[in-house]
Amino acid sequence: MKNLIAAASIALMGLTGAAAADGHANYPERPMMLMVSYGAGGATDFQARIVTMTAGNDDALGMPIAIINKPGAGGRVGWNWFATQAEADGYTLGAYNIPHFIAQSIEGGVEYGADSFEPIANWGADPAVFVVAADSPFNSMADVVNYAKENPGGLTFSGAGLFVGHHIAALQLEKAAGVKLAYIPNSKGGAGAMKAVIAGEVLGGVNNLSDAFRAREAGNVKILGVFDLERNDFLPDVPTMMEQGYDIDNASVNFRGVMVPKGTPQPIIDKLAEIVPTMFANGRVAGKMKAGGSPMHIMNRAEVQEMWAAREKTLKELLAGL
Amino acid sequence: MEFIYYFGDVFTPFNFMLLLLGTVGGLILGATPGLSPTMAVALLIPFTFRLEPASGLILLGAAYTSTVAGGAVSAILLKIPGAPANIATTLDGHTMAKKGEGARALQLSFIASAVGGVFGVLLLIFLTPLLAQWALAFGPSHLFWLAILGVTIIGSLDSSSVVKGLLSGCIGLWLATIGFDDIMGAQRFIFHSSVSGGINVIPALIGLFAIPQVITMFAKGRARLDAEVLSVEKHPISKAFREVFNRFRALSIGTITGSIIGLIPGVGGQIAGLVAYDQAKKMSPERGKFGTGHSEGVIAAESANNAMVGPSLVPLLTLSIPGSPTAAVLLGGLLIHGIFPGSDLFDNYPEVAWTFINSMLIGQILMCIFGLYIAGLAARVAQVPNNVMAAVVLGLAVFGSYSVQNSMGDVYIMMALGTGMFFLERFGFSAAPLVLGLILGPIAEANFIQGSMIANATSSIGSYFFTGPLNLLLIGIVVASVAYSGWMELRSRRYTTKDDAVAKEEALS
Repeated sequence: MKNLIAAASIALMGLTGAAAADGHANYPERPMMLMVSYGAGGATDFQARIVTMTAGNDDALGMPIAIINKPGAGGRVGWNWFATQAEADGYTLGAYNIPHFIAQSIEGGVEYGADSFEPIANWGADPAVFVVAADSPFNSMADVVNYAKENPGGLTFSGAGLFVGHHIAALQLEKAAGVKLAYIPNSKGGAGAMKAVIAGEVLGGVNNLSDAFRAREAGNVKILGVFDLERNDFLPDVPTMMEQGYDIDNASVNFRGVMVPKGTPQPIIDKLAEIVPTMFANGRVAGKMKAGGSPMHIMNRAEVQEMWAAREKTLKELLAGL
Repeated sequence: MEFIYYFGDVFTPFNFMLLLLGTVGGLILGATPGLSPTMAVALLIPFTFRLEPASGLILLGAAYTSTVAGGAVSAILLKIPGAPANIATTLDGHTMAKKGEGARALQLSFIASAVGGVFGVLLLIFLTPLLAQWALAFGPSHLFWLAILGVTIIGSLDSSSVVKGLLSGCIGLWLATIGFDDIMGAQRFIFHSSVSGGINVIPALIGLFAIPQVITMFAKGRARLDAEVLSVEKHPISKAFREVFNRFRALSIGTITGSIIGLIPGVGGQIAGLVAYDQAKKMSPERGKFGTGHSEGVIAAESANNAMVGPSLVPLLTLSIPGSPTAAVLLGGLLIHGIFPGSDLFDNYPEVAWTFINSMLIGQILMCIFGLYIAGLAARVAQVPNNVMAAVVLGLAVFGSYSVQNSMGDVYIMMALGTGMFFLERFGFSAAPLVLGLILGPIAEANFIQGSMIANATSSIGSYFFTGPLNLLLIGIVVASVAYSGWMELRSRRYTTKDDAVAKEEALS
C-alpha cells in the first residue's frame, strides 16, 4: 500500500512537472467562464451566448464557456470586478464593449482603464444609427439639423445613457453639424430609448443598428443615417453621416469582443488569440448572428489593440469639453 | 379567433410534454427564493437553441407563467417572496400559514393566479392592438406620477402606524439612491465595493423578509425546548374554489389592476401585487382584517401578479420593445431563431405567435392543477421543526442572493439589511413599505430627470408634468389616495405605542 502511494505521488509530481515545463500546453483543462457586464437578455449577453456556443467543439477550445452576468451601473460593476478581482488564470474571460468602458475610464470613478485588460478578439460591431418615428416629418439628417438650427437646444433625442456609444454619436453630431441638441439619456438602455422614439416622447433618437433594424421591420421607425464609415449590409439603403455631409467617423460604433485580465500568462493569451477568432468564424455562429440581426465584425488581437488605442485618443478629445 | 386554429399545435405529444415540463419546473424554480421569473427564463434559453421556435417558446412561456405563481409558495410558507411580485402575498398568506391554514392559502393563491392569468392572456389575445397604444401612452411624466401614486400607498401598507410606514418607505427610498445613478452615472453613498452597483431588489427582498424570520426561529428554538410545530389543517379544494369566487370584489380588483399595471413598460409586475392589495384593502368593508390572514389579501395579490403576465408581453409582441426584463429574455429566445417580434411575427409566423400565446393559456390551467397538488404536499413544510427550518431558509437565502449576479457583495447586502430589519421589526416597522420605497425610488427619480430634461428643451417643467388628461387623472388619483388615507387615519385614530407593536408582533408569532 505504502509503495502504491509513493508510486502514485511520484507519478503525480512527474505530471505536474511536465505541465509546468512547457507552460500551458494542455490549456484549457476545465470549462471557462465569460463575464458579461450587462444583464441576461441584453444585446451583449445575447451575442456572447451565440459566439461562445461552439467553444466546446474539438476544433475550437475543446471546453465549454459559461456566461456569467454581472450587470449594474452601465457595465461599471462588471468591469470593476474584472479588473480587480477576476483571476488571471486564463479561465476567466470577459466581454468588452467599446467605447463604453474606455469612455467610463476617461470620465473617472472606476478602477479600470484600457491598460487593465488584454484583448483577445472582436466578434461584433454594432454601429449607432439615427432613428425617428415612422410618422415623423423628418426624412433626412438635413431635416433634423435644420430643425435644430431653428430651435437651438430644442431637438430632443434619446439614447441609452451617458458615456456609451449613443452619447458619443450625439456629441459627434453636435460637433459636426455645429448645432446644439438636447440629448436625453434613458435609464432603461437602448430598449427604453427606442420606446421613447416610437411613443413620440422625443423627436428622434440614437440607437443600435440591430435594434433599429428590427423596429423598422415592425414598421415603427425610419432610419436616417448610420454613424459609421461605410453603409451596413443590414441597411444598404441608409446613407452614412459622411455621405450626408457630416464629418463623423466610426468612434461611436459599439465593438464587442473577448478580453482577459492583465497578468494572464502570455502563452495562454497567444493560444486564445489564435483560436477564438476561428471560433467566431464558425458557420453556425454566423448563421445565428445574422438571423438575430446582429452585425459581425471579426478582428484579431493585434487589430483590436490598435482599435483600442485609436478609440482612446478620439474619446479623450471628444470628452475633453464635457 | 385565429388563435383557436392553432390550439392543435399545443397538444402535439412533444409540445405538450414541454409544456408540462415548463410548468412543473417553473413552479419549483419559482418557489426557490432568489430565482425570479427572469432568471428562470434565462436559464432555459440555451435549451431552446435546438428546438423548433414554437416548441422553444412553449417551454419559455410555461416557465414564465408558473414561476410567477410558484413564488407564492415560499411567500406563504416561509415569508420569503420568491420575486418582488409576491411581496403582497406574504402579508396575509404567511399569517394564514401561521394559523395552520397554509394549505388553504396556497389553494386560494393558485386558483386566484389562474383566474387572473387566464384573464390577462385573453386580453393579450383579443385587445393587443388597442393595448399597444395604451402602453405607449405612458411617458416620463406619467410614469413619475405613477411612482408617486405607489409612494402614497406606503403609509397604509402593513405597518402598525402610518408614520412608521412612511419612515420605512423613506429608508427604502434612501437605499435606492446608493450606487451609480442610472442616468448621470454619478456615484452616491458608495462606502463599500459591494454596493457600487446599487442595492439589487432581489437580495434586499430576501434579506428583509427571510433574515428576521431566521433570527426569530433560532431564538425561539433555544428559549423553548418544545419548539412548536405549525399544524396544517386539511382544506378541501372545492371549498377553496367557492371562496375565491365568493370574494369577487378582491378577485376583480386584483385582475384588473394587474392587467393595467402589467401593460406599462418599465413598471410591470414588481408593484402590481402591492397596488392591487392596497386597492382591495381600501375598498373592502372588512379592511381591518387585512394583514391578519384575510383571504381577500391573498386573492387580490395573486390574481394581480398573474394577470400582469399576458399584458406585459404586449409591447414586446407588437412593438418589439421588451417592457420588462423577462420580456427582454424572451426577445432573445425569438431572435435566436431569426424571428422578429412585431408585425413580422403575426404575419409570417402565426404558428409561432399563436402557439406561444395558447400555451400560456393552457399553462395557466396546468399551473393551477399542479399548484393545487403541490399545495397539499408543500403545506407539510410547516411541520419541519423550527431550528431545521431556520437553517434551510438561511441556506436558501444565501444561495438565492448569490445567484442573482454571482456576487458575494449581494450576500453581504442581504445579511446586513436582514439584520437591520430584525431590529426595526421589534419597533413595529415592516419590510413591505421599505421594499416598495426601494423599487419606486429609481422609477420616480429617473422619470423625473428625463421628463425635466425633455421639458427644459421643449416647454416648461410645469406644463410638462401638470397638463394633459393622463397627467391630471394620475394626479387626481394621487390626491384621492392621500386624502383617503388621511381621513381613515383621523377616523380610526391609530395611536400606536411600542407596547402595542410588540403585542401585535407576539400575537403573530
